[in-house]
Amino acid sequence: MTNFDTLSLWVAVPVGGLLVLGSTLTLLGTLGLVRLGSFYDRLHAPTLGTSWGAAGILLASMGMFSALDGRAALHELVIGIFLLITTPVTLMLLGRAALHRDRAEKVPGVPPARVPPGSGSDG
Amino acid sequence: MTAAHVLSFAFGYAQLVLALAACLAAWRALRGPRAQDRVLGLDTLYVTAMLLFVVTGMRMGTPFFFEAAMVIGVLGFVTTLALAKFLIRGEVIE
Repeated sequence: MTNFDTLSLWVAVPVGGLLVLGSTLTLLGTLGLVRLGSFYDRLHAPTLGTSWGAAGILLASMGMFSALDGRAALHELVIGIFLLITTPVTLMLLGRAALHRDRAEKVPGVPPARVPPGSGSDG
Repeated sequence: MTAAHVLSFAFGYAQLVLALAACLAAWRALRGPRAQDRVLGLDTLYVTAMLLFVVTGMRMGTPFFFEAAMVIGVLGFVTTLALAKFLIRGEVIE
């Protein structure tokens, strides 16, 4: 255990609050991943964990290491920005893959592919 | 009620809840019912494990877990991208 008692309560309480907030939101996101009915609903649930879940935990880490070291520790921002950029890309691609598979198998309730004149690509 | 008490409670709670979240994501990855559900569960499992590494690094007070968390994040992104590409095309590299 490191010297956490050197921190003041003014740092510890916000850090603990952000940790509790971030982890609870991540749990809620995975709960939605388990409970929701269709894949297109479930696609939205884990974004709770990648947006404010990750943000809360990374902000807590930034605050705690900044207070412990006495200087600004901003390297957690790298993970935060990386998650912010990559999550829409992965979920968009996964949604398109699911749509492509559902259309190929003629699953009912899936909107048909809209083919604009001049381009033959799918989705 | 010192800062160490507050922080150790928050660390324990966050680790427990994140481990539970990882179990739920793994359940979805194992259960299916279709391939895209498994990929989504695996992606969520990667993100949750990354956050768990960050919290563990905070509890230990070392910055070394941060690098591991970053590697997990990058690997999770590439894995999900490759699997989604495979689901669309049937092969990863064309």
